[in-house]
Amino acid sequence: MEVEHLGIWDKIESISYDEMRAIQDKRLIETVKYVYDNVEYYKKKMDNIGLLPDDIKNCDDLYKLPFTTKDDLRDTYPYGLVAVDMDEIVRIHASSGTTGKKIVVAYTKDDIDTWSDMMARCFARIGTEIRDIVHVAYGYGLFTGGLGAHYGAERLGATVIPISGGNSRRQVEFLTDLKPTIIACTPSYMLHLYEVMTEEGFTTKDISLKADMFGAEPWSENMRKEIERLLNIKAYDIYGLSEITGPGVASECIAQNGLHINEDCYLPEIIDIKSKKPLGLDMQGEIVFTTIKKKGMPLIRYRTKDITKLFRDDCECGRTLVKMERVTGRTDDMLIIRGVNVFPSQIESVLLEFSQLTPNYQIIVDRINMMDVLEIRVEMNENLFSDEVRKIEMLERNITQAIESVLAISARVKLVEPKSIERSEGKAVRIIDKRKI
Amino acid sequence: MLVKQISIFLENKEGRLAELTSILADACININALTIADTSDFGILRIIVDDVSKTENLLKKNGFSVSVTDVVALDIDNVPGGIAKPLAMLHKSGISVEYIYAFLAKKDDTAHVIFKVSDVTAAVDILSKNGFRNTAKS
Repeated sequence: MEVEHLGIWDKIESISYDEMRAIQDKRLIETVKYVYDNVEYYKKKMDNIGLLPDDIKNCDDLYKLPFTTKDDLRDTYPYGLVAVDMDEIVRIHASSGTTGKKIVVAYTKDDIDTWSDMMARCFARIGTEIRDIVHVAYGYGLFTGGLGAHYGAERLGATVIPISGGNSRRQVEFLTDLKPTIIACTPSYMLHLYEVMTEEGFTTKDISLKADMFGAEPWSENMRKEIERLLNIKAYDIYGLSEITGPGVASECIAQNGLHINEDCYLPEIIDIKSKKPLGLDMQGEIVFTTIKKKGMPLIRYRTKDITKLFRDDCECGRTLVKMERVTGRTDDMLIIRGVNVFPSQIESVLLEFSQLTPNYQIIVDRINMMDVLEIRVEMNENLFSDEVRKIEMLERNITQAIESVLAISARVKLVEPKSIERSEGKAVRIIDKRKI
Repeated sequence: MLVKQISIFLENKEGRLAELTSILADACININALTIADTSDFGILRIIVDDVSKTENLLKKNGFSVSVTDVVALDIDNVPGGIAKPLAMLHKSGISVEYIYAFLAKKDDTAHVIFKVSDVTAAVDILSKNGFRNTAKS
C-alpha cells in the first residue's frame, strides 16, 4: 500500500455500487461452495433444507442460506466450524459463552492478514497516519480488541504502544510522557483515564491525543460530545465481534455519521427480529453477517443479535461502503460491561453453586465516575444464615472471586435478606441497567 | 449460664430495625439484651429474649433470616478487673471468644456479660467450677 493513499487505505472502499456488488457476488458464491465442501456442519445444514451451493447465484440468494447462531458455535466447540486443516490455523481467540462455555474462533495466516488490513482501514478512516502513535488500551489476549487494534495500527505503519488494559496511573504516565496521538479503548475507560489524569494534576495540554477509536461497549451521542469536550479530541465508533473477526467489521470516518462496513469482506444484511425475513435499507432490525473472505472459520449469516439499520449516503470522506447506524440495542439479555460480554445466566450459574444462597438475585449495572459498575444482590438462604460476620463476609468474598473467575470482571456482591428482592409476576426482573447511554 | 441467643441478618436498610423491634413489641416479647454487629452492607442483630422458640418462629414468619446460637451469660462484678478474670480462664483452657457484649443490671451492681465462645460446654464447665454465676433473666 502506498503512503500517499493513507486517506483511503484501500481503493475498494470507494468503488461503485455495481463493482462492489460484483465482488460480493463472486466471493459469496465461492464461500458457500467452500463451506459446503470443507465444513461438515454447514454441509448438513444445507442438505437438511435441500440447498446446494449452485443454488446461490448472487447476493439476492443470500436469504436462502441457513443462519448461524452462537449456539451453533457452542455445539461445534471447539473446532467444528474450522474449514481448514489445523496446520493452517495460526491464532485462536475466545469469548465467554452464556453457560460458561467458551466460544473459540480460529484464524489462518490470511485471515489475520485480512483482519489487519480491515483495522488499518479503520485507523486510516479517522485520519491516522504513519507518524501517529497509537495507544492501545484494549485488553490483549483472548479478547480480540487489543491484538486487533495492534495489528491494524502496525499494518498502517503507525507506532503502537501495546499497553493493554488496566493500571490507569501507568496509562496516564504513558499518555503524558510518550504523547500518543490516537487511543483505542472503551469510551468509559477513556473517561476514567481522564479522571485519573485530572487527579494527578494534568490537563489536556499535557497530552497530545487528537482522536480516539471507541468500541466494545454501547455508547451514546451524548457521551461522544462529553468526551470530545473534556479531552478536546475527536471520538469515533468502531464495531466488530470475535465471531466475524474482531474489531474492524465497521467503523466511522471523519464524517461521524454512521459506520462504514467493510462489506467486501463482511456481507451485511438486516433481518426482522420476529419474522427473520431480510429487510431493506433504512429499516431497523438485527444485523447479520456472512464472512466472504475468511478461510479459517467462515460463518454464513451469523446472527449478531445487535440491533441497527443499514443506509447509504454520499459520504464526504469519499467512501462508498454501506453504513450501519450505531448499535442501539440487543435482541437478547447480554450486557456489555467494561467491554466484556456478560450474560445473566453466567452469574446465575455461579450463584447456584453456593448452598447458602437462593436463586433470587438481581444484577445492577451502573456507571459511577464514568466506569461501569456491576453489583449483584443475592438473597441469603434463611436456613443457612451464619451468626458470624466473618463467615458472611467470607461468603461474599468467595462469591466475588467465583464471579470474577467466570466473567473476568469484578463485581460487588451484596447479600440481602430473604424475600427482599422484589418479586414480579411472570418474568423476574433480573437486570437493572441504570447506565444512561 | 448457657443461654440461647437469637441472631437476625439485617440489610443496612432504613427502618429495618424499627420494623423488627415493633414486631417483637406487638407480640409482647421483651428483649433482655441486644447488640448489633455491623458492616457497610449488613448487620447482625443479636438478642436475648425470654421465649426463644416463639421469637424465632415469629421472626421467620415475618421473613427474617434467623439463627439460634448457644452463648454463655455471666454475672460479673462491676469492678476493675471484673471481666479480665473469666477471660483469662477461658484463654488458659484454650477456648476462644468470638464476641462479647455486656449490659448492666439495675438492681445490684452486677454486669451481665454474654460470651460467644468456640466451645460452649467447656466454657460453662470451667466458669461454673470457678464460681461464676448468671442471675440475669433467661
